[in-house]
Amino acid sequence: MNAELRDKAEMQPTLRIDDLCVSFAQGKAVVPAVRQVSISVAPGECVAVVGESGSGKTQLFMAAMGLLAGNAAVRGRVRFEGEDILGAAAPRLNLIRGAKLTMIFQDPMTSLTPHLKIGTQLAEVLVCHAGRSWSEARVAARRMLDRVGVPEAARRMSQYPHELSGGLRQRVMIAMSLLCGPKLVIADEPTTALDVTVQAQIIDLLRAMRREVGMALVLISHDLAVVAGLADTILVMYDGRVVERAQAADLFEHARHPYTAELLKCIPTLSGPRLQRLPTLAGQPPQPGESIQGCSFAPRCPRAAQRCRMERPVLEGAAADAAHRAACHFPLWP
Amino acid sequence: MSGLFSDVLRRLRSNRGAMCALFVALGIVALTLAGPWFNPNGSQALDWSHVASQPALQSAHWFGTDRLGRDLFSRTLEGTRVSLAVGLLASAVSLLVGIGYGAVAGYVGGRTDHAMMRIIEILSGLPLIFFVIFLTVVLGRNEYILFLSIGAVGWLTMARIVRGQTLSIRRREFIEAAVASGAGTARIIAKHVIPNVIGPVIVYATLTVPQIIMFESFLSFLGLGIQEPHASLGTLIAEGAGEMEAAPWILLVPGGFLAVLLLSLNILGDGLRDALDSNER
Repeated sequence: MNAELRDKAEMQPTLRIDDLCVSFAQGKAVVPAVRQVSISVAPGECVAVVGESGSGKTQLFMAAMGLLAGNAAVRGRVRFEGEDILGAAAPRLNLIRGAKLTMIFQDPMTSLTPHLKIGTQLAEVLVCHAGRSWSEARVAARRMLDRVGVPEAARRMSQYPHELSGGLRQRVMIAMSLLCGPKLVIADEPTTALDVTVQAQIIDLLRAMRREVGMALVLISHDLAVVAGLADTILVMYDGRVVERAQAADLFEHARHPYTAELLKCIPTLSGPRLQRLPTLAGQPPQPGESIQGCSFAPRCPRAAQRCRMERPVLEGAAADAAHRAACHFPLWP
Repeated sequence: MSGLFSDVLRRLRSNRGAMCALFVALGIVALTLAGPWFNPNGSQALDWSHVASQPALQSAHWFGTDRLGRDLFSRTLEGTRVSLAVGLLASAVSLLVGIGYGAVAGYVGGRTDHAMMRIIEILSGLPLIFFVIFLTVVLGRNEYILFLSIGAVGWLTMARIVRGQTLSIRRREFIEAAVASGAGTARIIAKHVIPNVIGPVIVYATLTVPQIIMFESFLSFLGLGIQEPHASLGTLIAEGAGEMEAAPWILLVPGGFLAVLLLSLNILGDGLRDALDSNER
């Protein structure tokens, strides 16, 4: 990140999450999903949140969008452009959601309403949020479809979601999220449901649109490789906590947290010696609701010592670079 | 919706039984609307020279006359028209109330859902006939009141069906995506929930029409429904039942109309279900 971007972040972040905790009531038990996470996304910044399934990365942003299930309890503070939006009333949230703060979902197959034509679905967003007339909205929608690289946009407008391929549907979702000129787009595993070649196209599209529109982007993923070329900042989450936060380049060059290091080892490479087996991370992530006294990664950590099992590490900056923070007693790089 | 409907139509057209039923039902509807022009006899005119005369094509009374010399053809057509109107209007009432109620209960969920479903359970615990009698006594005996009161008890099942369908799509991603796009609850229910549950609802509605016709005939048979000198199929059948031994045609003509109408509507409803439910193929 350059100095200019850092200045902006200090002015007013687009999204600022402070000490957010999310937990779910299951019968009598309370299962925490997100534990005291703080994140700040500067205008125009791309933040990637990486973690295994169940690490709380999706719930974190579901909470910010007000989309949590009914049995969820939230604490903390979420500010979007300085305004408190955590627990805000639905009518207030609806002015922001879909206009300034939008979301791209994991599965484009099921995220479009099946009985509405693509054009109607896109235009509806503009009619609702920007108060445009239907005919104006349709023109704008078609133009946006062109911009996100949907071929024959005019014809696609009158098609139903099931007539489009997965990649095209994801492009439609991206078009929808960009229609109102958002300040922040949250993309929740936007490429997971797509095959690899289409994945690359969608990532390229996100990169291009970010350059064009200039919105901030939060990229939620379980795949470090996917976010590598796109993110300015990467946060690694484990068991509901942020365990490492760094500039993308720093993270890939010298990860400080053992978990990040292990994750990086799991990325298959095309160059280098051929591997018989892809390295995997030994053990299982903690069960939801399991309480661990010390560092929750300690049971799987190759570097774990007695101290790790007793005392929970806090997120601390490195000696050389205070912005590269990791929650580890024995970081790989001090 | 054109894509969806043309698909359904194509599938319906390939179902021979359903198409026959459709033509029979349409034929009966056309006959009830156009019949009076072909027949010189009014439905309430008394022909004293032909009292309880047998059906005969060469006479003016094709289906015979009843004990007061009224033309049975005209009266049966009028009765069918009234029965059909009751069936359609009451179904429409139950459809409107049921869809709205069920979709709101299912989508909003939680305590609202609980309260709304308890109300339905209480209402469906009341004896249906007693309820209709009560309504007709309070509101007066009038065809339109009858439509309303039958519709007022008919929506309960419809609401349950819509609620069930709504529950099954409520947690689907496209609803979540609509919430994330800032659509309000009312808009989501109207534009994203109801159109997606409409398939099973249409099927149930087509099967409700014959049920309600049956129910109306039953009420009229008991003397609670349509009153003389107006006729519905139920009152005609009640009248014919009294003359069953001496003049069986007075019972058989309206009874036959009712049977054919109900049969064709039921087969049509079944065919529509097969056509709309693409999962079962």
